[in-house]
Amino acid sequence: MAASTIRTAPPDPAWRGRVTASVLTLVVLWPMLVWSEFKPWVLLDAQSLAATGRFLADFFPPAHSAEFLRLAAEATWQTVAMATAGMTLALLGAVPMTIIATERLSISRIGTGRIRILGRAVRLFVRWLLVGLRSVPELVWALLLVRIVGLGPTAGVLAIALTYCGMLGKVYAEILESADPHASDALLRNGASRLAALCYGTLPESASELVSYTIYRWECAIRGSVVMGFVGAGGLGQRMDESMKMLAGGEVATMLIIFVLLVACADSISKMLRRRLA
Amino acid sequence: MKHASSAPCISTLLLLGGLVLLIVASFATLPLQWRAFLSVDAAKATMEFLRGFVPPEAAPAFLHKLLIATAETLSMSALGTGIAAMAGLAFALPASGRFGTMPRAAMRLVLNVARSIPELVWASILLIAAGLGPFAGTLALAFHTSGVLGRLFADAMENTPPLPEASLRINGASALAAFLYAALPQTLPQMLSYALYRWENNIRAAAVLGVVGAGGLGQMLKYHLSLFQMQQAASVIVAMLLLVALVDTISFAMRRLMMS
Repeated sequence: MAASTIRTAPPDPAWRGRVTASVLTLVVLWPMLVWSEFKPWVLLDAQSLAATGRFLADFFPPAHSAEFLRLAAEATWQTVAMATAGMTLALLGAVPMTIIATERLSISRIGTGRIRILGRAVRLFVRWLLVGLRSVPELVWALLLVRIVGLGPTAGVLAIALTYCGMLGKVYAEILESADPHASDALLRNGASRLAALCYGTLPESASELVSYTIYRWECAIRGSVVMGFVGAGGLGQRMDESMKMLAGGEVATMLIIFVLLVACADSISKMLRRRLA
Repeated sequence: MKHASSAPCISTLLLLGGLVLLIVASFATLPLQWRAFLSVDAAKATMEFLRGFVPPEAAPAFLHKLLIATAETLSMSALGTGIAAMAGLAFALPASGRFGTMPRAAMRLVLNVARSIPELVWASILLIAAGLGPFAGTLALAFHTSGVLGRLFADAMENTPPLPEASLRINGASALAAFLYAALPQTLPQMLSYALYRWENNIRAAAVLGVVGAGGLGQMLKYHLSLFQMQQAASVIVAMLLLVALVDTISFAMRRLMMS
């Protein structure tokens, strides 16, 4: 019955497209599999299976000695503190850069609609600075800064500050530009200073969006600072790296649980705060 | 007038106070070495360090190696995202409540755990099973991303109007056919755009995964930095920036195409 329906079914009208797509996928996929050394059978190799098995068997029970828990708690606080301190520094850098970069607040634009050349040049420079800061991944910043300031949380804090300064500056400027221009324009035209136009014209409208984005970024900074330790920049990652190197499965298990809880906590706090703002 | 707004004011003040406390405590407890960064000596050392970067290495043999590492990074991210998209679809079926509430809750818990462990941590764990190299990186990206995509896909499926699938089922189509011809086509565009967005993220992630030994540009960067070969390191960083910029441009163009 089933066979006869297949035989009498009309041919797939889209077969040409489907065959071409499949062939193209294979042609693109093949070099990718080669480049990324995609060899799933490595996982089933007896030696690696044994190593994985031993490591995973260590996971239970998770390490819970008082001393290790104290160390882990210290590292957790360091992670949160790194993220918070980094965000604070990022804000210190991002706010002035935003005020410079926002075209809405240009005074020379009034009337003619054109911005003076100097203003345009400064704005362009700040924009490119922001692009440069956020294009380099935070881990690469950390890797470089560890070479300059040495191992420890200083490098992590600075890495977060630099990357997030670029991100915050860009998004803040976008939020300010997308606000209703009426109020700030009226203020500027009537002779208000740029700061006054920002504080009384643009900020009241976009403040909640700005704060909500900042909180979201703080959450991201916590995720980011968790891994900073892998390049020697302190926090939970460093402890995790040490435990991994000793193949101490129990300690790794505890650390993973802490990761999950920390991210969940940051997630719910940021959700709660953002709901308050909305 | 003043009294009406005093109740939310107190909680806001408390929140602000807590925030200030958190910031002060963060700066106070971290062993920050500002002197290592802000003194004249440090500035000189930093300049010296930065001067080591120019000019970036551009020998043909090195550029060839760089190209291979870039291809490695790209294929790690693409394969990782592809595997994650398929796994995410499979996980999204129970996570969208198709098999009852218990499997839904269990699957969501698994997805949340996979999602909250960063790629880099996955990579360092998977190195034990998969060995050094890009394969571990690919798997790490796949594990983390399937957590992310699984949840997004499940939410997308839960939010589709159930009527088309129900009407197929009522008229006698099998569960699989009803899913394939009603629910899947309805959600596929959104799922594709999620997957593309994650791919963009994963390229950035794949570029740095190498610092724990999982292949790609990051591994090269770590290698040259640890040998203090600054010019080579500078080239690697430039390659990373170009790769990310290229991907951003392509995905921007693609999204525009999909929207129009």
